[in-house]
Amino acid sequence: MRREPPRTLADYLPLFFPAGMLTIFFVVPFGTMIAVSFFQRQQGGFYTPAFVYDNYARFLSAFFGGVLGFSLMLAITVALCCVVLALPFTYLLTRMSRRVQVVWLVALLSVLSLSEVIIGFAWSTLFSRTAGITNILVALGLMGEAKALTPSFAAVLTGMVYQAFPYTVLVLFPALVRLDPTLTEAARTLGASPLRAFFTVVVPALRNTITATLIMVFIFALGSYLLPQLLGRPQHWTLSVLITDQAIYQSNMPFAAAMAVFLVLVTLGLVALTVLAGRRGEAA
Amino acid sequence: MSGLALQNVVKEFGSFRAVNDVDLTVPHGTFVCMLGPSGCGKTTLLRMIAGLDLPTSGAIGLDGEDITRVPTHKRNLGMVFQSLALFPHLTVGENIAYPLRIRGAPKEDQRKRVDELLSMIHLSGYADRPVSKLSGGQRQRVAIARALAISPKLFLLDEPLSALDAKLREAMQVELRQLQQKLGITTIVVTHDQREAMTMADTVVVMNGGEIRQAASPIEIYRRPADSFVADFIGQTNLVEAETDRSGRVTVFGQPVPGLDLPAGAAKAMLSIRPEDVHLTAPGAGALTGTVTFVRDLGGTIETFVDVAGRQIVAVSTPRARPEVTVGQQVGIGLTPDVCVVLAK
Repeated sequence: MRREPPRTLADYLPLFFPAGMLTIFFVVPFGTMIAVSFFQRQQGGFYTPAFVYDNYARFLSAFFGGVLGFSLMLAITVALCCVVLALPFTYLLTRMSRRVQVVWLVALLSVLSLSEVIIGFAWSTLFSRTAGITNILVALGLMGEAKALTPSFAAVLTGMVYQAFPYTVLVLFPALVRLDPTLTEAARTLGASPLRAFFTVVVPALRNTITATLIMVFIFALGSYLLPQLLGRPQHWTLSVLITDQAIYQSNMPFAAAMAVFLVLVTLGLVALTVLAGRRGEAA
Repeated sequence: MSGLALQNVVKEFGSFRAVNDVDLTVPHGTFVCMLGPSGCGKTTLLRMIAGLDLPTSGAIGLDGEDITRVPTHKRNLGMVFQSLALFPHLTVGENIAYPLRIRGAPKEDQRKRVDELLSMIHLSGYADRPVSKLSGGQRQRVAIARALAISPKLFLLDEPLSALDAKLREAMQVELRQLQQKLGITTIVVTHDQREAMTMADTVVVMNGGEIRQAASPIEIYRRPADSFVADFIGQTNLVEAETDRSGRVTVFGQPVPGLDLPAGAAKAMLSIRPEDVHLTAPGAGALTGTVTFVRDLGGTIETFVDVAGRQIVAVSTPRARPEVTVGQQVGIGLTPDVCVVLAK
C-alpha cells in the first residue's frame, strides 16, 4: 500500500485533537513557566512581569549546583541499578512459561499502582528500628541489635529503585521477547557458557534498547521528590524538592520556574549526549 | 570407539515421548541425514546431541567418552540452526571469529582463520560487512563457516537449507557434501527433504513417531525399505498387498506371481514396487490388467496412473520408452519378483 501525502485541510483533521491537547496541556504551561522564570519577584507577594536574569544568576551558586549535581547523580545511579537488576531478571522471565510470565507481570503492574507516598512510608517502616527488617536479622542471630536504616542515601536509593523497577522490566520485556532464543543457543554451541553468552550476545544485541531504558529511568528518577524527603536527610534532597519548596512554601515562583527550566535543559543535554555517544558507538 | 554413539536415548516432554529408545552409531567422518516428517523427534534428537536438551534417559557418547551430562559449551561442536542465528551486532568476520574469541585465541590467529574460512566459503573480502547486508545463500555460508571455525569434532545442522529457494538449495547440498568430504568431519543433518538426504548422506536415518524406522545408505533405503512408512516416505512407491492363496501360491490382486516368497509363516504382506519398475505391456500380456486414468508428461519423465481393481498404480518411464497409451485404455502390468520388495510389517 502506498501512502498519499496529505493535501487538503481535511486530511490534517485527525492531527488537530492531539495537537490541540499538546498545546493546551504542554506548550502553554511550559511557555508560561519559561516566561515566569524571567519575572521579578515581589517581596512578600507574588511576581511582576519583567525580564531579569536574577533568578538564573541566583541558581549559579555552590549550594544549588551541589543539589543539581546530587539530583543527577541519584537519577543516574537509580537508572543503572534498575537496568543492571532488570536486564537479567527480564531475560530469565522471558524464558519462563507463559503462566509464570503473567504472574510476574501482574505483580509488577500492581507495584506500579502503588502511590509514591505508600511506597515511601512502607519502606520507612521496613527500614525503621522498631518494626524494620533488622529485627528479622536479629532474630536470625545475624545482627546484635535492631537499628534504623533510614534516613540514609541507601534508603532513598532502595525506595526509588523499587519504584522504577517495574517500568524498567516493562520497557525491556518486549525487546527481550523478540530476541531470537537461538542466538544464545548458538553462542553456547560455539563454546560460550550461559553467562558469557548473556554478556557477549544478549547485552550487545540489545544495546539500543538498554540505552533507551537507561534514559527513561533516569528521567523518571529525576522527577522524584517525595521519596528523598521520606527516606533521606536534607542533603539527600533533590532539585525537585527545592523547586517545590521555593514554589509553594517560599512563594518564589520565578526562582522555582528558573530551576525547573534549568533542570529540563540539563536533562535534555544529557539525553542528547547519550544518544550521540550511542550513534558514534554504532558507527565505529 | 571413535565417533558418536547413542544408547537407548529417550526424551519426554511431560507425558509426550518425543524420542523413544533410540540407538544409533555414527562412525567418525560419516555424513548422516536424519529424515522424517515434522514432529518425528529428529530435531529433539539433534538438540540432545548438541546438549541443548537433556535426555530423560539413555546415554550419548563421543569418541568413547560419555558426554550425556557435558554442558553444550564444553562439547566442542559446531551447529548451524534453522534460523542461522547469526549475531546481528557483529560483522561477518566477527561472527566467524566468535568461537575463537570465546576460547581466547590470539587476535592474529583469529584473523588468519577467518580469512581461511572466508576463502573456503567463497566470500573472501566480506569480513567487515554487517551480516544484514548479505543474501540468503551468503548468510548460510557464514553460519557454516562459523560452526566450522574451531574444526569441531561434530558438525550439526538443523534444517540448514530450508530458508533457501529450490535452485540455491540444490547447489548448497552439493557444496555442503563436498566440504564435508574435504574436511572429513562427522556431520549430522536434520531434514524433512528426502532429496536433500539422498544427495548428501552416507547414512540416512528415517524417523517417525520418535523412533528410528531404518538407518542405512541412501540406495539401501530406496531399494530395500524396511517397512511401508520408509518405502512411502522415501521417493514415490506403489504399496500393494500380497496374499498366499489356498493352494500356497503368492498372489497380487488374485494373480499368482511365480518366484515371489513371503516371510515364513505370513499369509499376507505389503509389497513396495517403485514406479520406475512398473512395466506397462499390452493388455493380457502382463500379470495384471488395469485402466489408464491419467498421464502426466513432465518432459523428462512420464508418469502413467493405472487403476487396478480400485487401487492406483503409478508407472514412471523415460521419454525414449514412452508407453503409447491414452486415458481409458486397457493396459497390462508386468510383475517380476525382483522388483517387488516385501516389507516387514
